[in-house]
Amino acid sequence: MATYRLRGLTVRHLAGSRAPALHALDLTLRAGEQVALIGPSGAGKTTLLSTLACAHRPAEGALEIFGQDPWQLSQAERHRLRARLFLAPQAPPLPPRQRVVTAVLAARLPHWSLWQALASLVRPQDPASAHAALSRFSLGDKLYARVDRLSGGERQRCGLARLLLSGAEALLVDEPISALDPALARHTLAILRQEAQRRNATLVCSLHQVDLAREQFARLVGLRDGRIVFDAPREEVSDTMIAELYANEHVEPQPDTPHATPDQIAVGACF
Amino acid sequence: MNTAAVPHRDPAWRMRVTWFVVFILLLYPLLAGAEFKPWLLFDAQSLRAAGMFLSDFLVPAVEPDFLAMVLRETWQTIAIATAGLTLALLVAVPATFATTERLSISRLGTGRMHPFAACVRQLLRWVLMIVRSVPELVWALLFVRIVGLGPTAGVLAIALSYSGMLAKVYAEILESSDGHATDVLLANGSARLPALLYGALPDASAELVSYTVYRWECAIRGSAVMGFVGAGGLGQRLDESTKMMAGSEVATMLIVFVLLVAGADLVSKMLRRRLG
Repeated sequence: MATYRLRGLTVRHLAGSRAPALHALDLTLRAGEQVALIGPSGAGKTTLLSTLACAHRPAEGALEIFGQDPWQLSQAERHRLRARLFLAPQAPPLPPRQRVVTAVLAARLPHWSLWQALASLVRPQDPASAHAALSRFSLGDKLYARVDRLSGGERQRCGLARLLLSGAEALLVDEPISALDPALARHTLAILRQEAQRRNATLVCSLHQVDLAREQFARLVGLRDGRIVFDAPREEVSDTMIAELYANEHVEPQPDTPHATPDQIAVGACF
Repeated sequence: MNTAAVPHRDPAWRMRVTWFVVFILLLYPLLAGAEFKPWLLFDAQSLRAAGMFLSDFLVPAVEPDFLAMVLRETWQTIAIATAGLTLALLVAVPATFATTERLSISRLGTGRMHPFAACVRQLLRWVLMIVRSVPELVWALLFVRIVGLGPTAGVLAIALSYSGMLAKVYAEILESSDGHATDVLLANGSARLPALLYGALPDASAELVSYTVYRWECAIRGSAVMGFVGAGGLGQRLDESTKMMAGSEVATMLIVFVLLVAGADLVSKMLRRRLG
């Protein structure tokens, strides 16, 4: 059974102009498949991942997750479906004053009772598995450290350690290696892929490191301006296709345009 | 062309100037309406009256009997404030969970709350608003009529008006903290309350605690004012001493109030350092 089936899926931004972020996407992802999502900044990679995580409602087209349209389900059923998907955003969602062990064990929240969640705040429920998850990213010694004592790269891997504890059947990872050095980046991607393979979960991973994406993932999806430019096995993805994907349309210097007018920024105006 | 002359005109500048002018225009009638005349303070007659008051208060009363009574009443004041605040918390904490928009699951993915959820939140907010817009002194007067003279009226008045204030400010503290962690937990299928406990609380807790301790301090002061209408505690004694023109007794009790507020300040600082 396909984990995801997208037919003509159009997704709009939720705030402001409600301009389309993704245009009529067609995409099918089988269970256990591992896909790298590449494309220039602003192509819609993050929007696609949050749409796949049921965190962004599409405007038009058909979206099926595990054979169901999530937005036809009741709110409670949809929320249960969210527990089967795991979205790891690019910025690690870890409160600075929390301890690493609590932040990692938060992956279990959808499966815990309220009482267990409360008890785990006082005394961590399963420190052993949190330690095991952190150890795979060589962060075992940080188990009881506070999140704000970690470096940027350590925080990023700490967020991924949460993924290991989640038990989800689809892993949606947004630029997991943006703060890591090349050796660590390769190692981290390998762990994500192993984990997805072990539990036969679908892995969708957005990446800016094209060489790593081609090296580690069998299937590449190129996204640009909210459209799928190519969706092919890595053998069929040529250097020309990559170059075209990232080709800069704004090579010539832009004309000196006036800044946004007050009503354009009225909502977001800040100091 | 105008934009060429000023190439990086701040688009927010005009709005800021407008708001500043509007603010000043609004403020002037308010000052006039409040009959704000600070120069009356330095009038010769006012200065003489103030001097007489101050000379009365200069020597605080320290008779052992009186001090023992003050101690007993201080204890009662602390008890009124603490019991009132605890009761208020019992109402305010669930109300906070119910009103915070941060914890809306229907907002996830659509950016809009379900109309029913939005209605319930708004309704609860109105109830809280009504509860806190009636001054605690008025609640105290009401409860003195219902349960009679004594501390119970003070406790109930504090509980009622403070539950509204606490819930409002708690919800606002949570909403103005960084929502990324909470949003991601909700998006990954966590229930509302755990998402709040694991996402928002770690960073908001210092501010929540400091506001709660500040409210406790306010409750101590509030119980003094309510004592004047017979709601028990140090305030009631303060009222009696003032009416008997016993300036030195009033001075002693005021010193006790200062000490209580300083104590609250100390507790707040300690807790904040512990949580920071």
